[in-house]
Amino acid sequence: MTFLNFLINGISLGSIYAIIALGYTMVYGIAKMLNFAHGDVIMVGAYICFYAITRFSLPPLVGVVLAMIVCTMLGIVVERLAYKPLRSAPSLAVLITAIGVSYFLQNAALLLWSSNPKVFPSFFVLESGGAAKTGVELFGGQLKISYVTIVTIAACVVIMLALTWFTGRTRLGKAMRACSEDKGAAQLMGINVNGTISMTFAIGSGLAAIAGVLLCSAYPTLVPTTGSMPGIKAFTAAVFGGIGSIPGALLGGLLLGVIEIFAKAYISTQLSDAVVFAVLIVVLLVKPAGLLGKQIREKV
Amino acid sequence: MFSKLVPIPSGSMIPDRDIDKKPILECIGLGITFGGLKAVEDFNLTIGRTEIAGLIGPNGAGKTTVFNLLTKVYQPTHGTILLDGKDTHGMNTMQVNRAGIARTFQNIRLFGDLSVEDNVKVGMDAQMHYNMWSGIFRLPGFRKEEKTAHERAMELLSIFDMQHLTNAKAGSLPYGAQRRLEIVRALATNPSLLLLDEPAAGMNPSETAELMENIRKIRDTFQIAVLLIEHDMNLVMNICEGICVLNFGRVIAKGSPEDIQSNPAVIEAYLGKQKEA
Amino acid sequence: MKKRTKTSRRNAFTYALVILAFAILQAMTAAGAISSSLKGMLVPICAYVVMAVSLNLTVGILGELSLGHAGFMSVGAFTGVTAAVALQASVPSAPLRLLIGMVVGAAFAALAGFLIGIPVLRLKGDYLAIVTLAFGEIIKSIFNNLYVGVDSHGFHFSLLSDKTNLAEGGKLIIAGPMGIGGIQKIATFTAGVLLVLVTLFVVFNLVNSRAGRAIMAIRDNRIAAESVGINVTKYKMMAFVVSAALAGAAGTLFAMNYSTIVANKFDFNTSILVLVFVVLGGLGNMLGSIVAAAALTILPEALRQFSDYRMLVYAIVLILVMLTTNNPTLRSYLDRAKAAVTGKRHEKEAA
Repeated sequence: MTFLNFLINGISLGSIYAIIALGYTMVYGIAKMLNFAHGDVIMVGAYICFYAITRFSLPPLVGVVLAMIVCTMLGIVVERLAYKPLRSAPSLAVLITAIGVSYFLQNAALLLWSSNPKVFPSFFVLESGGAAKTGVELFGGQLKISYVTIVTIAACVVIMLALTWFTGRTRLGKAMRACSEDKGAAQLMGINVNGTISMTFAIGSGLAAIAGVLLCSAYPTLVPTTGSMPGIKAFTAAVFGGIGSIPGALLGGLLLGVIEIFAKAYISTQLSDAVVFAVLIVVLLVKPAGLLGKQIREKV
Repeated sequence: MFSKLVPIPSGSMIPDRDIDKKPILECIGLGITFGGLKAVEDFNLTIGRTEIAGLIGPNGAGKTTVFNLLTKVYQPTHGTILLDGKDTHGMNTMQVNRAGIARTFQNIRLFGDLSVEDNVKVGMDAQMHYNMWSGIFRLPGFRKEEKTAHERAMELLSIFDMQHLTNAKAGSLPYGAQRRLEIVRALATNPSLLLLDEPAAGMNPSETAELMENIRKIRDTFQIAVLLIEHDMNLVMNICEGICVLNFGRVIAKGSPEDIQSNPAVIEAYLGKQKEA
Repeated sequence: MKKRTKTSRRNAFTYALVILAFAILQAMTAAGAISSSLKGMLVPICAYVVMAVSLNLTVGILGELSLGHAGFMSVGAFTGVTAAVALQASVPSAPLRLLIGMVVGAAFAALAGFLIGIPVLRLKGDYLAIVTLAFGEIIKSIFNNLYVGVDSHGFHFSLLSDKTNLAEGGKLIIAGPMGIGGIQKIATFTAGVLLVLVTLFVVFNLVNSRAGRAIMAIRDNRIAAESVGINVTKYKMMAFVVSAALAGAAGTLFAMNYSTIVANKFDFNTSILVLVFVVLGGLGNMLGSIVAAAALTILPEALRQFSDYRMLVYAIVLILVMLTTNNPTLRSYLDRAKAAVTGKRHEKEAA
């Protein structure tokens, strides 16, 4: 039963990683850049939601929507100001710019919201019979699943289904796939490449806001650097699954979450990160383009 | 270490067809499949020690794939390649080069940020022996070998009159010069078989004529075999002693230029089947 | 041979600049014309310069993105300091102990570079980058949980918790997350500058030999390099290991400047910081790396007047520099200006 508990926790954490990894992977697929600032967008989303709920006493759902709106705008603005001028620049220059944006967001957050940790309110609570319940208990209390866990996993499933539908069926989604295949050809076919890239950033950042709220609901300490480690982990997850691949991001995220929780439970809490990264290395040695990535043969 | 150039006056040495004596290259039943597609199938070819041979065929016939198989850029799925009688099975690109096959590329692959001279010197790396420490501390081994390498590079560049370009960045050279530099770089590896992938592509008729002269000169000077892929039939028919025609991954004809020119299968492959009148 | 002399002139200029900077700073220190905060930064600046130059060998010359360079710095710091602490009694001379520490640090970092290079160098591009990041994090985790003690029986190691069971008179050197404490601060600015000069010597001469040519050839076109008989694995490994070794020496130097050193000091952010130096200084441009490392280490200090805003300003400066240096119009203007200057020089040479 403890095993099952760990597994569910792992899937829950993995779902958060997967949602963040989607942002990395979509942006990578279309702009071929590692958006290091993505992790910090998560943090911004969490702060917006936090203040919406605590300071302005808005309902949690409104807080989440507000966070999504702010993050989406943030994603679009950052793309316009910092990344778009570098479309033809070497990839390292773009990487450094993304790092600059990451520093900027972290330090702006530090100034705006200070380094004092904020305790994120738990709003996944049901009032039943006067007692507040935070989760369901199964098998006579042996298996506890919190509502946060359920909501997280459900959110991940919904987002995956929505994205699969979006990229597969809609005009915009197809334009996105076309741009990631070949920007030049897409442009010649009349696709607005810049608009499509902006939209990709917008979607990724909106998802980051959801991930931020879910992350802070599960691990309620909020500081300006909250986003960086999950960001790196999710980035690892995206590579793990094969960067550029949407199902890969889901698979990579889930696996990474489960491995991390199991490593914490059965090996060592302090070395769990080391175990996660070691597994990543082994996987990449066996499958050099990630689990679901395409191995591209260089044309000679 | 280095074999210095010993120029032999061009023309003094007209090789007879030396395939039967002791061929430099023998391909037996060579083939490769890419996910079910037979890109090259049952490819047999023998090249003499100092022969200039041509590999021709329509676009997509698998000519460059043959080069990639010979140099192990792709590992063949079938067949045997014998280089100077030795099986190259299990070798990688580097080992095949060290065994004696050098090539140029259809889409030029120079070391763009290195100088012309350094591009040539990279080709000599396998023949140099001084180690990392010698290089860092500038020991005598370093000085001696670098001096020889410089002299040899200048000599090789002189084949194409490129000595004045030694310090230019390879990537900044005009197209024709880049193609020539690739040949020089390949020669620097001391090959016994030189593979040229469309050496005349993008050259004007006078440049092509000069190139033909130079390919002959290279063969005569270094006493090596040359196998070239080319679409310029004038060049192929003029300098190749033997020609092999590929279509859809299969050899459809082999023989002297005269044989090939009158071969109905070749005419069909290039011009399409003539309608019955 | 014009190009050779041009490179060697540039290299000589780089050496001269380092020595000149050293002389000026020494003179200022002697005259007391230097702020104590800057004085405290001299050794770290040297360490970061070595880090940047060595990372430039991997990123600029070999052309592979490494996001875990701080890992090698960490290996060098912990092994080098351990050696120096263990030798405290037997080697009384501080400079000699520092030298031994740096050699040990470099050797262990080189070993780590070799072991990590075996899997890493089989990968390409962003996958290679993420694996270096992963190794950096693994090294950090290990040193965060490693306990090393020394007593009359020799060294004792344990992981996760202190199980070294040292004999009487033994000393716990590495104490897990507490790192190494009570380090004698024997790193000096002179030693730092010497390490910078040694690093430049190694990197310049390596790049200007058959190894450097082969490494750059692999960067420019791997398939072509293989096709002319270059042993790609060997040369990639050579660049990676030399880069790791130099980072290890830098790590020892850096650690010997503080009384305590912890594994978290050498995390992903440090790797990124050094990468920023390299990219801002220019790929393959060692002088640029030196200037960028020194300037960007001082910059946050110089921005002190902005107090709370300084890191924000730092971030904005970073973004603006990347945007302006990669702006196509500005770029072409700069290139034209450069061509005009060098063109003039050619004319002078001809005359």
